[in-house]
Formats: sequence, structure tokens, C-alpha cells
Amino acid sequence: MEIVQVVALGLIAAVFTLFLKETKPELAVFLSITVGVIIFLSLLKHIARVLHILQEITVRANINILYLDILLKIIGIAYISEFGAQICRDAGEGATASKIEFAGKILILVLAVPLVVVVLETIMGLIP
Amino acid sequence: METINVDLLFRIAGIGIFISVLNIVLKQADKEEQAQMLTLVGVVIVLLMVIQLINELFDSIRTIFNIY
Repeated sequence: MEIVQVVALGLIAAVFTLFLKETKPELAVFLSITVGVIIFLSLLKHIARVLHILQEITVRANINILYLDILLKIIGIAYISEFGAQICRDAGEGATASKIEFAGKILILVLAVPLVVVVLETIMGLIP
Repeated sequence: METINVDLLFRIAGIGIFISVLNIVLKQADKEEQAQMLTLVGVVIVLLMVIQLINELFDSIRTIFNIY
């Protein structure tokens, strides 16, 4: 079971982080970054598989692949900004974390604007 | 079933424990500056290792989610 490995990794890392936080807080931050990255990299294969299936379904449903692309980009931005913000918050930099989240929201908004325009145009087309 | 690569985790934890122990020894020997330098060197070494991992993460996220 892969989940057991992930949980064990997290517990070991938590113990090490707790130990390092007392003497060397800067290295504890690196440790928590490493754990996050390792867990994500271990899940990479599954994420790729799910996304592949999503792509297939999109093609089969005759939906423009562009929309799925935008959706994936938004998910990626959300994940990466959340990752950075949580690390910053762990390190005691709440202000920086808020700014990272703000940047993520703005960039997601920028990506979502074309979709909103398409929806609005469709609605305008429906209204006689 | 694949095993997760945890080498880096233990390496960082080991470096951290090693440096904190050495720090205590140097502080006892009244060598505050050397202790500071040691801390700095440790941080830099760990940073070099972690940066490669972060680069790998960003690359994979970029390819998976089509962000350029």
C-alpha cells in the first residue's frame, strides 16, 4: 500500500522536524519542503494517469481541449501556490504566505477570464 | 509497488543533527564565529540539495499541468 509509505514518511519527517526545530529552525524548514516534494513526486504517476483519462473523456465528449488545458493550468497554479504558501506559513512568514496566495488567485483569475467571456457570449446569444 | 525515495530526507535530517551537535561543541569551546560559519555552511549545503528537488517538482508540475 502506497498510502502506508506516505504516512510513515510523514511521521518520520514530523519527528525529525520537531527535533531540528529546537536547535536549527532553518533546517527544519528545508526538511518540511523535502517531505512535501517527495510526497508529490511519489504521486506523480497517478496524477498523470488521472489526467490522461480526463483528456480522453474530454476528446470523446467533443469538448474543446482548450478548456481542459485551462482547467489543468488552474489546478497547477492552485497546487503550487498552496505549497509555497504553506511552507512560508510553517516558517513563520504569514505575510509572505498571504502574498503568494494572492498572486495565485490573481493568476487563476487571469486564466479564467476567457472562459467567463465565453459563458457571457453564450448567454448573450441565447437572449433574443 | 514502488518504494519512495527517502534518501534526501534522512540526509537532511542527518546533516541537521550533526551540525547542531557540532554547534554545541564549538559553543562550549568559545568559538562562536566558527559555530556561526558552520551553521551557514550547513544551510548552504542543504539548500543546494533541496533546490534540485524543488526544480524537479516545478518541472514536473509544469509538464503535467501544461503551464509554461
